[in-house]
Amino acid sequence: MIELKKVTAGYPSKTVLSEISLSVPKGTLISVIGKNGSGKSTLLKTVIGIINAKSGEMLFDGESELSRQSMAKKVSYLAQGKSVSDMTVEQLVLHGRFPHLSYPRRYSKKDREISSAALRQMGIADIAGTPLSALSGGMRQKAYIAMALAQDTDYILLDEPTTYLDISNQVELMKILRSLADRGKGIVAVMHDLPLAFGFSDRIAVIKGAKIAAFDTPQKICDSGIVQEVFGIDLQYSPAEKSYHYKYPSR
Amino acid sequence: MNNSAQSCLKKTNRITWLYLAGFLFLGISVIAGLTLGSTGLTFFEIKQAFTEGFGSSAGARIFAFVRLPRTAAALVCGAALSVSGAVIQGVLANRLASPSIVGVNSGAGLAVTICTALGIYGGWRLSVFSFLGAFAAVMLVSLGSRKWGASRGTVILIGVAMNSLLGAVSDTIITFTPNVGVMSNDFKIGEFSAVTYQKLIPAAFMILITLIVLLTLTNELDVLTLGDDNAKGLGMNTSVMRTVFLLLAALLAGCAVSLAGLLSFVGLIVPHAVRRLAGSKSSHLIALCALFGSAFVCLCDTIARTAFAPYEIPVGIIMAFLGAPFFVFILIKGKGGHARD
Repeated sequence: MIELKKVTAGYPSKTVLSEISLSVPKGTLISVIGKNGSGKSTLLKTVIGIINAKSGEMLFDGESELSRQSMAKKVSYLAQGKSVSDMTVEQLVLHGRFPHLSYPRRYSKKDREISSAALRQMGIADIAGTPLSALSGGMRQKAYIAMALAQDTDYILLDEPTTYLDISNQVELMKILRSLADRGKGIVAVMHDLPLAFGFSDRIAVIKGAKIAAFDTPQKICDSGIVQEVFGIDLQYSPAEKSYHYKYPSR
Repeated sequence: MNNSAQSCLKKTNRITWLYLAGFLFLGISVIAGLTLGSTGLTFFEIKQAFTEGFGSSAGARIFAFVRLPRTAAALVCGAALSVSGAVIQGVLANRLASPSIVGVNSGAGLAVTICTALGIYGGWRLSVFSFLGAFAAVMLVSLGSRKWGASRGTVILIGVAMNSLLGAVSDTIITFTPNVGVMSNDFKIGEFSAVTYQKLIPAAFMILITLIVLLTLTNELDVLTLGDDNAKGLGMNTSVMRTVFLLLAALLAGCAVSLAGLLSFVGLIVPHAVRRLAGSKSSHLIALCALFGSAFVCLCDTIARTAFAPYEIPVGIIMAFLGAPFFVFILIKGKGGHARD
């Protein structure tokens, strides 16, 4: 389990997150929502160590001080901005094994087998030799998730994984994240699309005013009115369709 | 066989052919470089130099003290500048970057000018100072652009400004120090006529060691091109690795400048051409850049001293005449590239 205890983080001149406490058990999909600039990405970057926490404690399966390499063996992180080089999908996924090697890093047969399995798991083995630059946004996102799978970590953090994807690819991606959580991974995704986040997640963390304003199941968050309070737009559950919808104000 | 497997096989075949073509090109360039010149040398004379000693005949002396160091210098400088360009482009995520554009060559050039003004004309001190000048320049450009959040275009402009500034300092030294003036013009265009073993051996040794170290760091270079945050997510200390790569690139460029002067074109076009033909995988990119870069500079140098024999023109001029049209051809015909450019 990843545990954040009263973590304060941000930049030298600005505190973005103040005394955040959050738990991410294995086998759980958590969506982090909040307005632009509320600190969602900062939260993930703080957990992974890209931004240093100013105070508080972070425990990773009980361990507090992890080296960068040990962290990368436990938690994988997919940033929002992704390189679109002409590296092939296969090469990218193989780099998921990077934290498991030491200098001079040469990928072994076992590493290649693991990355092949990740490609198959994501259903993209047939495009292994294709350059990333030749792929659609959806396929590229799958390639990056396959890299995270090859990294073979217990936890995966994703910063806005559905951005720039068409709706069918967004749904497919959320199904993939759901199935990974069902197979035991602890997943935290920063999300902008609320119906998707609420439809697929076990828990929703709402960030407002540098704090976690609410952290609960989608149904309870939906019923609490916090979505209206944060976004000015309400969300409602449709039992017939078993899905969440925006409830737009009438004209 | 599915499409992906076919495209993989096609790419593997293409890379194999590129290596074969590279070795063939290198072989032809070396033979031409050793035998052609204002005085032609035969294989018999070259053999004689090895069997009967370097002083055994005029031909043997020309081979040992003129042709061999010059060809070796062209080879190591071509490899060094091409690989330096490929590394700098990868680290700065900027395909317009090259040692001559981001101020690396000018930094090394200034250091060499200062050394010459102080009476240091060769040896380890010249190579080391040249490297320090190159490293200081590239770190200033890299750290400055990161601190100010400069765009890719701005990084190039900072490099241009750095080139002007360092060039102005060099010119000031040359103006006020008469004994430096003799090297100024050829040094600025780049040429190999002044290569001596005293200059060649330390520079070549440092270049070879650096190339070997770089070939062990190709996966790190690939991961760095995924962007800072993704690379950190894979456990890389990006600041340290970026500095290491810029240091190695500066070592290569600095040593090359200490030998040949400010050869400006090779560090840009060879990485571009190789990337277009072989893709961006750093292991192939670095090896093929070394191969084609050394063959290209060696061939250009041979042309520079034979085209108008007995007169000789600086190799930098030939490089631009041959390289520029070829570069445009590759850009137009090549496929792929870097979508972030």
